[in-house]
Amino acid sequence: MPTLVEERKGTVLPPTPPVNYGGGDGSSDSGSSFPISKGQVGIWILVTAIIMLFAGLSSAYIVLRGMPTWQGIEMPSLLWPNTAILLMSSVAIELSRRSIRRNDPQSMKRWLGLGGLLGLAFLIGQVAAWKQLVNAGVYVPSTIQSGFFYILTGLHGLHLFGGVVALSVVMGMAMKNRLSAFSHEPLKLCAAYWHVMDGLWLYLFLLLLLS
Amino acid sequence: MSESHAAAHGHHELGFIRKYIFSTDHKIIGLQYMITAMAMAVVGGLLSMLMRYQLAWPTTLSPNMAKLFPTAFAGGIMAPEFYISLVTMHGTIMVFFLFTAVLTGGFGNFLIPLQIGARDMAFPFLNALSYWIFLVSCVVIFSALFVTTGAPMGGWTSYAPLSALPAAAPGQGTGVTLWVIAIALFSASGLMGGLNYITTILTMRTRGLSMMRLPLTQWSLLITSVLGLLAFPVLLGAAILLMFDRVGGTSFFVPAGVIMNGIAVDHSGGHPLLWQHLFWFFGHPEVYIVVLPAMGMASDILSTFCRKPIFSYRMMVYSMVSIAALSFIVWGHHMFVSGMNPFLGSVFTLTTLLIAVPSAVKTFNWLGTVWGARIRFTAAGLFSIGFVSMFVSGGLSGIFLGTSAADIQLQDTYFVVAHFHLVMAIAPLFAAFAGLYFWFPKMFGRFMNEGLGKLHFWLTFIGAYCVFFPMHILGIGGQMRRIYDPTQYTFLIPQQPVNVFITYSAFVLGAAQIIFILNFFVSIFAGKRAMENNPWQATTLEWTVPCPTGHGNFPEELPVVYRWPFDYSVPGEKEDFVPQSVPATVMTKH
Repeated sequence: MPTLVEERKGTVLPPTPPVNYGGGDGSSDSGSSFPISKGQVGIWILVTAIIMLFAGLSSAYIVLRGMPTWQGIEMPSLLWPNTAILLMSSVAIELSRRSIRRNDPQSMKRWLGLGGLLGLAFLIGQVAAWKQLVNAGVYVPSTIQSGFFYILTGLHGLHLFGGVVALSVVMGMAMKNRLSAFSHEPLKLCAAYWHVMDGLWLYLFLLLLLS
Repeated sequence: MSESHAAAHGHHELGFIRKYIFSTDHKIIGLQYMITAMAMAVVGGLLSMLMRYQLAWPTTLSPNMAKLFPTAFAGGIMAPEFYISLVTMHGTIMVFFLFTAVLTGGFGNFLIPLQIGARDMAFPFLNALSYWIFLVSCVVIFSALFVTTGAPMGGWTSYAPLSALPAAAPGQGTGVTLWVIAIALFSASGLMGGLNYITTILTMRTRGLSMMRLPLTQWSLLITSVLGLLAFPVLLGAAILLMFDRVGGTSFFVPAGVIMNGIAVDHSGGHPLLWQHLFWFFGHPEVYIVVLPAMGMASDILSTFCRKPIFSYRMMVYSMVSIAALSFIVWGHHMFVSGMNPFLGSVFTLTTLLIAVPSAVKTFNWLGTVWGARIRFTAAGLFSIGFVSMFVSGGLSGIFLGTSAADIQLQDTYFVVAHFHLVMAIAPLFAAFAGLYFWFPKMFGRFMNEGLGKLHFWLTFIGAYCVFFPMHILGIGGQMRRIYDPTQYTFLIPQQPVNVFITYSAFVLGAAQIIFILNFFVSIFAGKRAMENNPWQATTLEWTVPCPTGHGNFPEELPVVYRWPFDYSVPGEKEDFVPQSVPATVMTKH
């Protein structure tokens, strides 16, 4: 059976595919060697989704902030030391990551443990900050801002708790000596996630303060 | 033997439960998504049949229906509350649990690793988890139909403050609580899927498969996943706020001074329009989350059965990217009558009409692909042509609705119902059918019956136009979108025969789907066997492996790609197709 092209040869110009058929010569690795690992791509996608969640919530916050009926609440004083603790935990986790790059597993474990504990301390501090608010008679439905306060800090806390769980998994791997200077992606991913959660908290704190 | 070869064989020894139920194989997960979505489609479709019944004969006593639904048809006539919950559940089920699920969850899972030459997804466990959370969300939304106080009544958009106040209507109690939970679970499941799709397509393409050699299906799934990633978290955030308004006593969406059923509501400080903004910031990209994979699949299938390369591959990719980008700045066109500043309205009009440009690029490219082709009229090919037809018919009315001046007249009429059904329900449905007829041999190793497939196509094609085309006229005539009884308005009574005609057509359209369902399930066990790997003479990688495809996808080494996916009717070639895995040297020796 003649093909379409054989029938039409000479009458219709054949369609031109993209230059090089859209890729290299085919023997190169042009298509497959994506420069970033699966885990890295995955973690940044996850982080993007989390940022969009908080972007949506903060747009709602900003809109309602502009309403004449807005009533501000006094921020619990504990948020300041909590913020310092979270910043320190980020530093500790960064130092842990740098230790393993220097191939110093002992120091890595120390800093990792400290980072995780500081993270837990932050979470406990946040619950204590809630308690401060409750003692001051400010509950979720008290004002719009108090509602946002509990929801934003709560959701951030949940995400940070996920980070603590991930850190403990990495700690388990470190205990079994599965991390080395050349292979410590789980720690890298955790550190990236942790720093983003840290930055996210600074943003949320600022958002809540500027009311 | 290579490591990958060993890995392919290492997949085999699994029991039935691990292999077909709690599987992490992307093909099984894809099929699980498809079958679950089909079950949801049957539910959603039956609900629409009840709606059509009511719209055609709103005041006729129906004792038989009263026997079937004693509460809903108390006294022999459908209760208005029941009708409005049908509207809500039909919309929710079809948008989320059928279209989003079957196109990205079903085809996405099944096709991504096969078409990019990978053995599985990047994170198979997360993939399985995504399906199981989706299944739970299906169960939750389905259970909302059986709540004693009734199913949710706020429409699929769940506008506040109706949705924020459980006392607003019977179905707004437990019904909406279940709705919010189901949507939140669905968002979480969709995010897990999207994370997997993007990572897999970016990092796991086989050697030689550069981005500009990807089949359009893959491009569309990648872009869709990015849309989902950016849109679903916003819906999730809005759902969290809504839930707090409902059960936590907050007032994010409830302004002061609302009086509900004669009782003043103890809320203040919120803004109901905020929900609309958040919802539509998600909702409009959601339209493209449904339409883009349909476009991608229809493009690939159209090209295969036209035996011609897709017209202007690059423009197809760029236009999908621009549609996706524009979809985030058009949400205000759903809110032209919300009292927005007319200047803002014209900005949203402008951005909305801009989407017509890439959509027209795609349409002309499809026409360019079909132009002068010797089309093989298979069921799959017919459905992909049908997709183009439905997309154009539905898209054109979008130009009216995107223009604020026209939309203010047409807002919430049947014109809108006609528009969105054609463009984001029927068109994606056609693409999904095209995909099912096309990839069925790859899924089950057998063909669906072609004759029944063509019958199904023609009944669906004519049926869909008979149902949705007259709705434009009803809408221009003033019939309201969620009206329960059109005959209660004198000015609508002359249009009532059109409603009756639409209902009969809808029954035919619904019955035609029985043909499909029978064909689908009978063919799994008794269809004609697919003896060869590539029965449609297509070019993409999934056609280089056996039908059905085993665990690990590629029995030998992973394929290497040498060319784009549209080498159909290449001059000088013996066959009128050259698979992507055929080295370039073979082609140039002539």
